[in-house]
Amino acid sequence: MYGWWWRVLPGPWWVRLLLSLLVVAAVVALCFTVVFPAVADRLAINDGTVDGR
Amino acid sequence: MSAADRPRGRAVVGVAGELLVTAGLLTLLFVVWQLHWTDFTSGRAQAAAVDELQQQWAVAAPATPGPSAPPEQAPAPAAAAAPALDVTPPQGDAFAIVYVPRFGSDYAVPVVEGTATDDLKEGIGHYAGTAMPGQVGNLALAGHRVTYGKPFHLIADLQPGDAVIVATATQWFTYRVQTHEVVRPTRVSVIAPVPDQPGVEPTQAWLTMTACHPMNSARERYVVHALLESVQDRGAGPPASLAPVAGG
Repeated sequence: MYGWWWRVLPGPWWVRLLLSLLVVAAVVALCFTVVFPAVADRLAINDGTVDGR
Repeated sequence: MSAADRPRGRAVVGVAGELLVTAGLLTLLFVVWQLHWTDFTSGRAQAAAVDELQQQWAVAAPATPGPSAPPEQAPAPAAAAAPALDVTPPQGDAFAIVYVPRFGSDYAVPVVEGTATDDLKEGIGHYAGTAMPGQVGNLALAGHRVTYGKPFHLIADLQPGDAVIVATATQWFTYRVQTHEVVRPTRVSVIAPVPDQPGVEPTQAWLTMTACHPMNSARERYVVHALLESVQDRGAGPPASLAPVAGG
């Protein structure tokens, strides 16, 4: 998977590295802003309220 | 198995391994985000909310009102600028600040109306329908013990006699911790007007704090009950109960 990713990227090694880092940064940003908040609200491992449910 | 199948089989196992490693890294990233990033962002937002409330209150009621003005003759516009306590604010609105000297002298967290998931990211949540600060009944508050600013992180450190101070636009309310208990999440009677005695008519002003227990788990709830000790007008300055506690 990662070998394939490295092979399909164009340019010299430092261009590939730069592109890879950009993609990693984008994935982390997407996780922090969209994915993790949605997952956390479903997990509710930190619920501190009392309710009848 | 032919000779051509073997490299393909190896490739499949290789990709599966890489996927598992990726999933592991993402899980670690989630833990870092949940425990530290939400704490950082919510903590900053809550501190900003406290500043904003203090500025609003300073504008609405200057700290040094004329001592000659009797409260009975307070003009109507002043009452409108400082909402009466029995008016429930809209859900999600910050309307009070909680100070707990035991949690540190710089501890100040906004109280927002409602205890929905999104409300508790903004600060301490006020259970809808429970008493407002100073009212007879039970001022019930929920807060995170970990994550999202973790306002009740040190709730288990509270000892009988510790001060929990609720500041509103017009007054300071000092509550003193009486008892604590660990209960199931379904025990709603802890926030009854008289704690643990549902249906009983209240005669005292209680304050109840709920947080998850044990830490990092939602299996039980850590509950602290406090009783109103004193009320002080904002114009009279901060109450003496705000003084730092030894070892706090």
